[in-house]
Amino acid sequence: MNAALEAVLRHSAIWRGDRCAQASEDTIATGFPALDAALPGGGWPRGVLTEILSEQEGIGELRLLMPALARLSDEAGWQTWIAPPHIPYAPALAAAEVELKRLLVVTPKSTGDAWWAAEQALRSGASGAVLAWLSTPDERRLRRLQLAAEEGKGWGVLFRPARAAQERSPAPLRLRLESAPNGLAVHILKRRGGVLDKPVMLDWREPRLQARPRTSLAPIPFRHGAA
Amino acid sequence: MLWLALHFPAFPLEVFSRGTLAPEPLAVAEKQGSRACVVACNEAAMNDGVRPGMPVSAAQALVAGLIVRWRAPAAEQESLAGLAAWAGRFTPSVSLQPPDGLLLEIGGCLRLHRGLDRLLSKVKDGLSALGYAAIQACAPTPHGAWLLAKAGKGACIRDPTRLESVLATLPVGLLEQPLEVLDGLEMIGAHTLGECLRLPRAGLVRRFGRRLPDELERALGKAHDVRAFFVPPARFERRLELPAPVEAAEALLFAVRRLLPELEGYLVLHQSGVQQLELLCRHEDVPDTVVSIGFVQPVRDAGRMQLLLRETLGRTRLPEPVHAIVLKAQRILPVAAASGDLFQDAIQTGDGNLLLERLRARLGKEAVHGITPTADHRPELAWKPCEAGQGSSISGNAHRPLWLLPRPVSCRDGRLVLKSGPERIESGWWDGRGVARDYYVAQDRNGARLWVYCDRASGEWFVHGLFA
Repeated sequence: MNAALEAVLRHSAIWRGDRCAQASEDTIATGFPALDAALPGGGWPRGVLTEILSEQEGIGELRLLMPALARLSDEAGWQTWIAPPHIPYAPALAAAEVELKRLLVVTPKSTGDAWWAAEQALRSGASGAVLAWLSTPDERRLRRLQLAAEEGKGWGVLFRPARAAQERSPAPLRLRLESAPNGLAVHILKRRGGVLDKPVMLDWREPRLQARPRTSLAPIPFRHGAA
Repeated sequence: MLWLALHFPAFPLEVFSRGTLAPEPLAVAEKQGSRACVVACNEAAMNDGVRPGMPVSAAQALVAGLIVRWRAPAAEQESLAGLAAWAGRFTPSVSLQPPDGLLLEIGGCLRLHRGLDRLLSKVKDGLSALGYAAIQACAPTPHGAWLLAKAGKGACIRDPTRLESVLATLPVGLLEQPLEVLDGLEMIGAHTLGECLRLPRAGLVRRFGRRLPDELERALGKAHDVRAFFVPPARFERRLELPAPVEAAEALLFAVRRLLPELEGYLVLHQSGVQQLELLCRHEDVPDTVVSIGFVQPVRDAGRMQLLLRETLGRTRLPEPVHAIVLKAQRILPVAAASGDLFQDAIQTGDGNLLLERLRARLGKEAVHGITPTADHRPELAWKPCEAGQGSSISGNAHRPLWLLPRPVSCRDGRLVLKSGPERIESGWWDGRGVARDYYVAQDRNGARLWVYCDRASGEWFVHGLFA
């Protein structure tokens, strides 16, 4: 192919219909190679909303995020949990190598306050990650959050019930989780790039590489994590 | 040396009017002999025909609903001190010129502010944010600058040789001399300073005393003019009278915004920051409403204080209209001498403390916290909420669920499959919250993994967490 054309095709604003967007998006590796491969940019995207839909709790919806949260622990900035439905359990989080020093639990009394807090946390740019459990979403509220995430460049995660898959959402990445034997089936409902019809299967039993290689400060190259 | 004189021609009025945006007609009056006369009035009153010097009764007859406040020399004095503290951000050498002026020695700080023009426009903008309008004049001598400012000439003289020729044109009425001296000068036909200067000094002294030639020499820089510089008080407490009682938080915020820059200048001068701020809203009949805000670290930036005050004020219920506000800096702590301007935009780019303060201001202190593991075997006591940023990740336990239920839920579903366990936890008999439980990891038919236990005393089963 013509070199000039190739350069154009490599541009981040261009994607070809037959593949996942090559965007040089700012991402955080998920810690699951199979999932990284399926996500544009190779990880959780920063500066946008990610929606995680699941029918029920307790199938591993938080476990899915732990490696990324552990990675983010090396960066400055809060990991803000807005209106979590239960108590985020400190011993388990510490074991997952999440830096609790950076964890901020926000428990607003009203729904309106919760949306406000999520928006502030995203917009401020002071949160590396914002995990939010918000009720009564509508498109306008979601769009505001998405804009706040764009402004603050943080990783915004919104947990929603599975039926929300039917509704429209401005979040560019939407995943639906289903429990699978010894793991998790991740359906990618929406992503920048082509559609994926098969779910990504994650197996908890697979030995994962160390989440936080403490030797290097550079963006973590995944392969020599075992150092 | 270069002196900047600031003259506030409408000072008695501005002391009241700066607290509000409302353009209602307002006049400030003073007893002069047996009559009460208007000393100053705002534009709305002026448009309706009120003029300074008019008896109050006449003014009230002209304008229905005219708000008349008595002139408050104490408030003026206090405001002048507040202004001097605010001016501390430009130069440490600020001298009071009571009742309505300030003198700033700016020769030494021109480079810092990148030139005289920039400095002057900064001062002007700052003053209008505070709600004052000033006439600025610069001259190599303090008294010369002051005379120019009082004459209403926004002149800027940097060359000492030009000073005399400019001052010579000013009328003698500006001089700070007793009335009979000024009258005497008029009588002998000396109407301007220039004409005074042409008279022989010995004759002037004989006729009017030493003070007149002394003043002229000070203005021209031929005699020493020693100024005492303003020393800011150890505590910051500023009161602002509102011209009319206010009920809306928005109007209150406007008044607060007038005081915050003063506080900022005060803090710059003290090289310190404030950690706790108190705003007292004075009511007529009921006790003050106290609005208090705290900062994670000492803060100096007025914009930041305003941001938090807005959030807090918006949620404060005022039992009655407010007629005055008092801003108090409660805990003033030294902060490293980082210049505010240099790092101003650092606040924009993700300031973690700012987020924390804002969340706390709106949601309440208890709604925002961190978490930390604690050394206890009982699961519900193995963690506790803590001050944000104080969590420790030292003692983790990989066999614990990520979600803990605030209260164990009785488990009646017989279709759980126990996957692993038991893990016996028996502890706490000494403090009355003893537990004796066997914990298991169970899976329900939908594939969710639960942390369940069997209470060994009762034999009942409970769900205590979710391996989310």
